[in-house]
Amino acid sequence: MADITQSASANRPEGAERLSEDRREAMRGEPPFVEAPAEDSRLVRALKEAGITAGLIAVLTFFFFFMKTDIAVGGLSLTVDPWTWFVAIAITFVGRFLLTFFVFAGERPAVGGWKKIAAATAGWPIGKVVGAVLLFVALTLPFLLTIFLPSQDRYLLDLAILILTYVMLGWGLNIVVGLAGLLDLGYVAFYAVGAYSFALLATNFDLGFWVCLPMAGLFAALWGVMLGFPVLRLRGDYLAIVTLAFGEIIRVVLLNWYTFTGGPNGILGIPKPTLFGLEFSRGKGSFSDFFGIEYSSIQRFIFLYYIILALALLTNFVTMRMRKLPVGRAWEALREDEIACRSLGINTTNVKLTAFATGAMFGGFAGSFFATRQGFISPESFTFIESAIILAIVVLGGLGSQLGVVIASVVMIGGIELLRNLTGLQAIFGTGFDPTQYRMLIFGLAMVLIMVWKPRGLVSTRSPSAIYKEKKAIGADLVAQGEGH
Amino acid sequence: MSAAERIAAQPDAEPLLSVSGVETFYGKIQALRGVDIEVHRGEIVTLIGANGAGKSTLMMTICGNPQARTGRIVYNGKDITGLPTHDIMSMAIAQSPEGRRVFPRMTVMENLQMGAILEDDRYFEDDLRKVFELFPRLKERRGQRGGTLSGGEQQMLAIGRALMSRPKLLLLDEPSLGLAPLVVKQIFEVIRELNASEGLTVFLVEQNAFHALRLAHRGYVMVNGAITMAGTGRELLAREEVRSAYLEGGAH
Repeated sequence: MADITQSASANRPEGAERLSEDRREAMRGEPPFVEAPAEDSRLVRALKEAGITAGLIAVLTFFFFFMKTDIAVGGLSLTVDPWTWFVAIAITFVGRFLLTFFVFAGERPAVGGWKKIAAATAGWPIGKVVGAVLLFVALTLPFLLTIFLPSQDRYLLDLAILILTYVMLGWGLNIVVGLAGLLDLGYVAFYAVGAYSFALLATNFDLGFWVCLPMAGLFAALWGVMLGFPVLRLRGDYLAIVTLAFGEIIRVVLLNWYTFTGGPNGILGIPKPTLFGLEFSRGKGSFSDFFGIEYSSIQRFIFLYYIILALALLTNFVTMRMRKLPVGRAWEALREDEIACRSLGINTTNVKLTAFATGAMFGGFAGSFFATRQGFISPESFTFIESAIILAIVVLGGLGSQLGVVIASVVMIGGIELLRNLTGLQAIFGTGFDPTQYRMLIFGLAMVLIMVWKPRGLVSTRSPSAIYKEKKAIGADLVAQGEGH
Repeated sequence: MSAAERIAAQPDAEPLLSVSGVETFYGKIQALRGVDIEVHRGEIVTLIGANGAGKSTLMMTICGNPQARTGRIVYNGKDITGLPTHDIMSMAIAQSPEGRRVFPRMTVMENLQMGAILEDDRYFEDDLRKVFELFPRLKERRGQRGGTLSGGEQQMLAIGRALMSRPKLLLLDEPSLGLAPLVVKQIFEVIRELNASEGLTVFLVEQNAFHALRLAHRGYVMVNGAITMAGTGRELLAREEVRSAYLEGGAH
C-alpha cells in the first residue's frame, strides 16, 4: 500500500500541483460542507477578544508610548519607555476582558460588524470590495495625509506617487506577462523610451507635458512592435533572454549616444506638468495665484499624485475593457494554448504584437510621468533591476490579477521604504544595527516566504470575462414551433 | 446514408476538401508520401491507421502547419496549400485538435466564446444554445474552468468550441483519445447527429477503427504516410487486412 501511494506521487505529472489548485479554486463556487463551529465558552471568548484588543493597542501605541521622540537641544531625542506601554496594554486587556465577560455576555460584538458589512456586500466578490475600498483610499489619500499626518505628508505623498508609478508599470507589464503570457524581462526599455521621448521633445522643442504624453506612449508602442517582430517565434526562456537583451541595448544606447541623449549626464531641466497652463510655483500666473490660495509646495505633489493616479486608472480601465473584447480574450487564450489559438483561426502574430504594443504604451506613459516628476533623467534610472522589480510585482501579485499588482506594489515599494526607516529595530539588535544594510535581505526573505506560501501570487483567482445569462423571457420551448427535426 | 447516396448520384460533384499528392516533411524526415483524399459535402470521412502512420500530420498539413512541400489542398474550390493557419481556419473550417487543448484556466463559457471569436456576435446566443443542447453536460459546467473538467467533458468542450465558429467542415483529431468506451460512444453519437440533422461535413482521424468505421460513410487507411486502402465504412470493416491490423481485440 505504502509503495503504491509513493509511486503514485512520483508519477504525478508536472503541473499536477497547479491542477489540483485549479480544481480547488473551481470548486470554490459551491458552498463547501462545513460543520458549524463549536461555541467557545464565554471565558475563552472573552480572553480571545481581550488578547486581540491588547495586541491592537500594542501595535498602535508602539511609537507613542514605547518610543517617544522629543525636541531637544540640537535635534530630537529618543526616549524608550516600555513601562507606559505595558501599562496601556494591560489596561486594555483587563478592560476588554471585563466588558466581554460581563457586559457583552449575550452577543458577539466582534463578529457583528463584519456580518453587517458582509450582508451589505453580499454577492460582491471579495476582490471587488477590496478594490472599491482601495480606490476610495487612493482618491482621498492626499487629503487624508494632510489632515492626519501633516508633518510627514510630503514624504508619504512622494512615496504614494512612487508606488502608483509601479502600480501603473505593473499593470502595463501585466498585459504582456499576465494576460498574453509572454515573459518580458526588458520592460524597463519602454519606460526609458517614454521618459527620453518626453525629455527630448520637451527640452528640444519646448513642448509641454500634456502634448508629449501621448507622443511618448506612441513612441514606446512603436518600440514595442519593433521588439515584437523579431521575437514572435520565441516563447518562454528564449523570449525572456531576448527581451532582457533588448532592455540592456536601449540602456547602453542611451548611455553612449552622447550627442543625442547627453549620455551619462542625462537630461536636465525637464518641465513640470501644468494644469491648463497654470504652473505650480510662486508668483503671477501660477495655480495658487489664479485660485487666490496661499502657495504651498505640497500643491504640486498633490497634482502629480492625481496625474499618476489618473494614468494608472486609465491603464486599469483599458485593460479591463480589453479583456472583454476579442483581442483581450485572444491574449488570454494565447497564454493558455498557442496551438489551440491558431486552430481557432486567431492570428497569433497580431495578438502578440498588440499585447507588446499596448503594454509598451503604458510603460511609455509611466516613463514620461517619471521624467516630469524627477525633472532629470539619466540611463541609471533604467537598469535591469527596474525590470526585475516590475516583473516581481506582477508575479508576486499573481499573474493576470489587477488587484494583485496593487497589493504587491504597496508591499514591495512601500516595504522597501519601510525597511529603510525601521530604526526602531536598533532597540532590539543594538545600536550598531543599520536596517538599510539588511533591507534587501529581509526583502528577499519576504519574497521567498510569499512564494512558498502562495506559489501563484497573492491573488491567484482569475475572474471569468464571460458569464452565461439564460434568457428566461421567451424560450424556444414556450413558443412551441416545431423545429423540424 | 442519404449523403452517400447523394454522392453516388453525382460523382462529378466537386469535393468540399480534396488533398492530392501531398508530401510533408519534418526536416529531412518524410511524414506523408503523396496522400490523396477527398471529402464531399455532407459526408463523414474517417482516416484510420496505427501510431505514427501520419494521420495527425495530414490533419495538421490541411491546417497549414506544417505546410505541404508538394501537392495541392483545395477547400471549397480554393487552393489553401500555402496559406497560413489562421487564414485557413477562418474559412469555415473548424478543428478539434489532438489532445483536446481546451484553455485550462478559462471557464467553459469563455472557451466557447473563444470558438466564436471571429464570428458575428448576433449568432452567438443561438450557437451557444445549440452547443448546450448537444452537450447538456457543458451547460451544467459552464462556470467551471476548462482544466478541471473530466477528459470526456473536455472533448465535448473542444468539439463545442469548434462548432461555435459555424464550420462547414469539422476536423476531429482522435476525439476518443483516452476516453472510456461509453463516453466515446456518446461523442460519436453527437457527431452522427450533427451530420444527419445539419449536414455537417466531418473529417475524422481515429485510432479507434471499429467505432470510426461504423460511424463514417467512407474511410481511408493510412500506413507509413501513404493511403493503402479506401472504401465505405462497411467495406473496410469487412476487409480482412483491416480486421487483423486494427480490430484485433479492439471491437468493444
